[in-house]
Amino acid sequence: MIRRVWPPVVLLGAAVGVWQLVVDAEHVPDYLFPAPSAVASSLGSDRVLLAQATLVTVREIVLGYLLAVGLALALAVLLHFSAALRRALLPILVLSQTVPSVLLAPILAILLGYGIEPKLVVVAIVCFFPIVVNAVDGLRSADPELVRMMRTLDGTRVSIFRRVELPGALPAIFSGARVAATYAAVGAVFGEWAGSSAGLGFVILQAQPALATARIFAAVLILSALALALYGLVTLAERLLVPWHATHA
Amino acid sequence: MSELVIEASAPGMAESTVGVELHGVVRVLGDRRVLDGLDLRVGRQERVGIVGRSGVGKSTLLSLVAGLEEPDAGVVSIGGETGAAARLARCALMPQRDCLLPWRTALDNASLALENRGLSRREARRQAAPLFQRLGLAGAELLSPAKLSGGMRQRVAFLRTLLAGKEVLLLDEPFGALDAITRAELQEWLAGVLDAEPRTVLLVSHDVEEALLLCERVVVLAGGRVAAEIGVDLPRGSRRAVVTSPAFVELRQRALEVIG
Repeated sequence: MIRRVWPPVVLLGAAVGVWQLVVDAEHVPDYLFPAPSAVASSLGSDRVLLAQATLVTVREIVLGYLLAVGLALALAVLLHFSAALRRALLPILVLSQTVPSVLLAPILAILLGYGIEPKLVVVAIVCFFPIVVNAVDGLRSADPELVRMMRTLDGTRVSIFRRVELPGALPAIFSGARVAATYAAVGAVFGEWAGSSAGLGFVILQAQPALATARIFAAVLILSALALALYGLVTLAERLLVPWHATHA
Repeated sequence: MSELVIEASAPGMAESTVGVELHGVVRVLGDRRVLDGLDLRVGRQERVGIVGRSGVGKSTLLSLVAGLEEPDAGVVSIGGETGAAARLARCALMPQRDCLLPWRTALDNASLALENRGLSRREARRQAAPLFQRLGLAGAELLSPAKLSGGMRQRVAFLRTLLAGKEVLLLDEPFGALDAITRAELQEWLAGVLDAEPRTVLLVSHDVEEALLLCERVVVLAGGRVAAEIGVDLPRGSRRAVVTSPAFVELRQRALEVIG
């Protein structure tokens, strides 16, 4: 673990060091391109503002993500059991991906107002697709020989689903869920940009005309950390729930 | 066998007089008549080996008997019942690969059929556990399949088939993937288990020796039909004594000649 972690950490540290040196040497003003030290001091001096905004955005990310997981799994199971529905709906789902879904945020704000709801919906829309597609694929890729074996062991359609198809699909479901985890933060920010009065996206919007560039960097840093944390949590859940599957990157 | 815990799922099943009959069975796959007018009768609790070249339709035959497929012509019946669902209800299939579920322990794999029938996992375990003790698998109950050797995996797979409580066991090259020493060990183990738990058995094998050692009758498939039937009447004794006896050598020779 340590061995795998330190090379990128060293590289990242070196890049930050070079960034600091260049900004210092060239006397780049903070409003144009802040040094890492300026970002760090913004994290300190704006901590109350950033902490409150982070709480708002975390709520949007987590609830929106859970909404996406729940809906995606429910739909995947439905599509798995109904071939007709699968034939009708799956192509539409794939086609819907050509819609830049974050740009639906303004429409959702008009529809749902300026509360948390439109943010949840944007996050859910962005995260929904990779989970549902991977889950449908995973459920359908059950080994036919296992299914035959289950049928001769008095396995009903439901028990085959419960004992063979669903556990077998978990690795695929989790790989979709991990991809989705990295999208959630972006969805939340776009939701906030379409109309909000709180959250990290709102902080960024407010900081821009004030040329508080270091604060924007600080907010982006926190958003990255949130995406990483969600990704880590999903990976951890996978390790606990899918211990037999040993391809954890 | 008083401690046997397998419960009959249908009335009269434990004392059934189930036999397997195939009449004029035809099965076409693609443009090939894999089975072409096959006739075969297997008596109750008889053990019949099915040998033949690969691609001759041995596995297809098992799928038909199991009710996983329907013949294109002819009749497959088990105890007089010809419907696919009725056949499915009376057969348990042990596939070539062990097909153990990696997300279940050995014990939970073995008790799959019990859970499928609606027993709670706890009750299913309670019923399956004594068989692990009796059949030489004690200590393996809580291991995941990945931790088991090839031979142990096959034993668990067979136990899973046995615990289905079916009268007819369909074994499709059960030891095909094992090395020769482990295979010999498992053949002896299986012979012992079947003596203790007699069932109607159809054993598909590409290994004539295995079929002769485990079965009372061996049929050779060729050209989509039964090309020869060989009654196996061998002296009892150690495996080595049996396989080197003149009677065994002669039977093997006959079978191999028909297979060609």
